[in-house]
Order: sequence, then C-alpha cells, then structure tokens
Amino acid sequence: MDNIQQTQAQKKYQQRVNERMPKSKIASQCLRAFIAGGLICCIGQAVRAFGAQTLQLDEKNVAAFTSIVMVFLGATLTGLGVYDKIGSWSGAGSIVPITGFANSIVSPAMEFKREGYVMGVGAKLFSIAGPVLVYGISASVLVGLIACMVR
Amino acid sequence: MKSKGIGKQTLVFTAPPHIVSAAAIVGDVEGEGPLADYFDVVLQDDIWGEESWEKAERKMFEHAVRCALDKAELTPAKLDCLLGGDLLNQIISANFAARELQTPFLGLYGACSTMAESLLIGSMLVDGGYAACVACAATSHFSTAERQYRQPLEMGGQTTPTAQRTVTGAGCSIVTDSAYAGKRVFNHVHIPAATIGRVVDLGITDAANMGAAMAPAAADTLCVHLGDTGRGLDAYDLIVTGDLGTFGSEMFLSLCGDRGLDVAGRHFDCGCAIFGLDQKVDCGGSGCGCSASVLNAYLLRRLEAGELQRILFMATGALLSTTSGMQNDSIPGIAHGVVLERK
Amino acid sequence: MDYVWAFIIGGAICVVGQLLLSLTRLTPARILVLFVTAGVFLTALGAYEPLVELAGAGATVPLTGFGYALGTGAIEGAMENGVIGAFAGGITATAGGIAAAIVFGYINAVIFTPKTKKPKSPKA
Repeated sequence: MDNIQQTQAQKKYQQRVNERMPKSKIASQCLRAFIAGGLICCIGQAVRAFGAQTLQLDEKNVAAFTSIVMVFLGATLTGLGVYDKIGSWSGAGSIVPITGFANSIVSPAMEFKREGYVMGVGAKLFSIAGPVLVYGISASVLVGLIACMVR
Repeated sequence: MKSKGIGKQTLVFTAPPHIVSAAAIVGDVEGEGPLADYFDVVLQDDIWGEESWEKAERKMFEHAVRCALDKAELTPAKLDCLLGGDLLNQIISANFAARELQTPFLGLYGACSTMAESLLIGSMLVDGGYAACVACAATSHFSTAERQYRQPLEMGGQTTPTAQRTVTGAGCSIVTDSAYAGKRVFNHVHIPAATIGRVVDLGITDAANMGAAMAPAAADTLCVHLGDTGRGLDAYDLIVTGDLGTFGSEMFLSLCGDRGLDVAGRHFDCGCAIFGLDQKVDCGGSGCGCSASVLNAYLLRRLEAGELQRILFMATGALLSTTSGMQNDSIPGIAHGVVLERK
Repeated sequence: MDYVWAFIIGGAICVVGQLLLSLTRLTPARILVLFVTAGVFLTALGAYEPLVELAGAGATVPLTGFGYALGTGAIEGAMENGVIGAFAGGITATAGGIAAAIVFGYINAVIFTPKTKKPKSPKA
C-alpha cells in the first residue's frame, strides 16, 4: 500500500481515538492522591515525632528510623494484600511516598517466588526498585562530585 | 490454483464441517457475569488447586477439551488433531495441555484471535479430508496475563478507563466431517466459510487501549469478507467480535460507518457481554479465553436453538509483546472471521 | 501545625505525580525514578531544604525525600572526604532505608503469596 496514504490513515485514526477515548477523571484522581499522600505523610510525621521525642534519636537517625518504619509498613501491607487496594483508590497518592517504593519491591518479588528464591525473588526485588536506585545513586554521586569541585 | 477460495481472503468449505460439541470453563469473576449460567464449569477461584496460575491455566485448557469430548462421548484418542493456543510466551498452556492429552497437536498463536484461527484451520483440515475429528481450543487467564504483560498483581495503581480485563476462561469446539455418526450436542451448527484476516496497524501504541488497536483489523476483515462473498450485512444475524470492549466496539462501528456499513443493530462483542455493567471492569473483557468461552458456551447454543441462523464470528487479536511494547512499537491487530450457520 | 504542613506538602507532591500519571501516561516505575532524581537535583540547588524544614515528613516521605537524603548525604560526604565522600555519602545516608527495603521486601515475599485482583463487584 502507498506509504504516505497509510500514515495519513493512521494519523486520522489516532486523532479519532484520542477524541473519543473515555478520559480519566483527573480532578477526582488528584483529590484522592492529595488525601492519600497527605495521610501517609502524616503517619510519617507521627513516626518522626515518636523517634525524636520518645526514642530521643538525633536528626540523622530520626530520618533513617522514619524511612525504615515506613518501608516496613509499605512492605507488610503489600504482603497482606492491602496495598494494591489502597493503590487502586489513591493512584499516585500511594505510589510516590516511600511506602510505594516498598510496594514496588515486594510485589514483583512475592509474585516470582514460584520461579525460585535466587532468580525469582532475589532478582525481582529490584525490577522496579533497581532503576530507582541506579538513577538516584548516580545522581547523588554526580551532585557530590560537583560539590567537590565547587568546594 | 485455488479451488476452495473466493475473492482475496475467503475460504469456502465444500462439505461444511460440523461443530458437534463444545465446552467452556471460566473463572470466578466471569462466573458472576451475565452469562454465568451458560458455562460448563465455573471455578471457585482462579488457581484451581494448582501450585501456580500457569498450571491452572493449562488445566483449564485440558479440561475444556476433555469436557467437550465427554459430552460427545469421545476420547482424546479419537481426535485426529488438537489445535489451540493461549497468550503466554511460547504458548505453554496449550503445549503442556497437549502433552497430557497425547493427541496430534498444532499450537497456534493469534493472540486473542486464537479461537477463530483454530476453528478456521480445523475446518480446513476437516474439509480437506486430512482429519475427521478435530478439537479447536483457546485459553487465557487474568493473573498469568497480568504478570506477563502488565505489572505485579500486588502493586498498587489505577487502571485507565480504556483498560480491559483478561478473561480467565477456556473454550473448546469439536469439529467433525459430515460422516460423523457419534453422539452430538449440536445437530445443526456448520462452518461453511471463513476469512483469513490480515494484520492491520493504525499506529495505536497504548497497551491499555487494545480495543482501539484491534478495531481496524475487525473492520478490515468484515469488509473483505462481505466483498469476497458478495453478501450484505443482512445475511448475518450477528456480527460477533472477540474482545474489542466498549470503546473498541465504538471505534469498530465508526470505522464500519466510514465504509458505509451500519453494523450497530447486529453487532455483538464477547468482551462487552462476558462481564456485567455492575462489575466495574472498565471497557470489558479481553484475552483468547473471552471469545472462546462466549462462543462455546453461549453463541453455539443460540445457533443450535434456532435463535440465530448465521453469524460471522471474528475473534480479534492484539499482536503485541512486552518487548515490542518496551521498544515503543505500535500494536498490530488481526481478526479472523468464521461463518457459523444453522442448517 | 507540623501535621497540617506535612499533609499539605506531602499531598501536593503526590498530586504532581498523579498529574504526570494521568496526563503523560508515564508508568509508575518511571515516576519513581523521576521523583528520586528530581529530589537529588532540587536538593543540590538548595530548593528542597526549605520544604523539609517546613513540612518535615511531608517532604521526606515522598520519594523526592529519598532523593533529598541521597543528595544531602553526597554533598556532606564531598565536603568532609572529597571524592570518596561524594561516592559514599549518598548511600551512607540512605543505607537504613535501602537495607530495610531489601530485608522487609525479602521477608514479605517469602512469607506471603500474591492474591489475584478482582474488580469491585457489588456482590463481593
């Protein structure tokens, strides 16, 4: 078939699909993300306060304590099969917090248990977390090196 | 020289093969849908006592074939060939089920169009005199498809409004020549013709919008079929599509409208039919088990009962893989058409 | 008051993620990568620190906060130990979180078996 004609037909069709496609309800999705994200951060704030006031941790340890507890919560709720239900209500509200990071680690790992503990669980732990660490750590090293030069 | 084909892509069977028996098995969510009463087996859960979902899926395939054979009091040994496929890499469900059944086996991959593909090739074998009795089957499973194509089940996130839910289900038809003298579940259902689809790709890249990716292929196959046979739409009681879903169906109707075909009154989409509106599955069902279970449980019975005289069954397939998706390729679609007639 | 700001800032960061998710069709994995990296660079530019001071967990719990911890760690390391510190600082600062993610991730994966997803049916 004539190539130019083909691409025109494709363009026309894609345009029509985009026009008629049922749209996401962005306003309500954003509201839910705001509420869920805000609540998760409030839980984080409570954990921080507990670490700082009750456990008398210093500032650095409070930060580490908070992430450890939040990761624990996210991982456990995923294991219990609750986090995906929270996620279907709150969208990015439960993806963006560090609990969502924990969810992205546990969910592929538990699903690939049947493929073995090394290349199943072991490898799949990082199927989504891996890229996050790759880019996050690389960026931090880059920033650190720039800081060295500026110093 | 082709002697049994007409037009560009259509085959005419001189001695139309018969569908003498059929069976369909579905999962629990499908069992809550409007067609629940028609299925032979509705599972209580989707793992069916197996260690993994993959094993449950192959068991469904095997069980659908055995169930269809049982109804006609046949055994796997009576089959000249088993044709079928599924959605998993290297079609392991069909392959491993065929290992258990020990029949001659042709594994097929046509994504969600597999049920029509297997009926089409099975009919060719029978009409060509290469086989007297074949089983045509297809299966899909929500959980196995989800982990292969999308993301882990326990990962939190939302579906887009055009997403479809892979049907957990399997269906099998037993196709024989006219000399078949054994027990029949269906006395009147024949396959007089079929149209081989071609791959149509109008550049949709969104894997959560497969209905829109497949609709052009369905419209193409329908037009070619009508052109090849010289028939009008009114020759058919139903134009059946496999799993376009609500949005894909809308695009299908609009593409047919472009070509002057008003299909709206006689269109039936298996993906829209299998789940109820109250089940909140976005745009409906998908997967090769969708058209396979709806055809074998519901449509064949309506043909047998005389409520339908002639239908065009077009199972639609989205021929994507995780690799093509990650490389940002568009999604090619295909639709094979099989004419099912009451005689 | 801490909680109000944590709620507002934390919620707002998630709304940014939701807008990216809904409007650009970025996958969740890409959003996570984007947020961590953005957190690192915003920290380097000094734009994230005020947010942490204002909102506490509202800024540190979202994944941009993970980037903030990586960024501040690397910069502090660079100041104290030069190039070695630039390499080690980020991971040192986040070691607790990463180790927790691995250990709790592994334990949960071993203990639990995933369940299939079902649509929210009125009958269920």
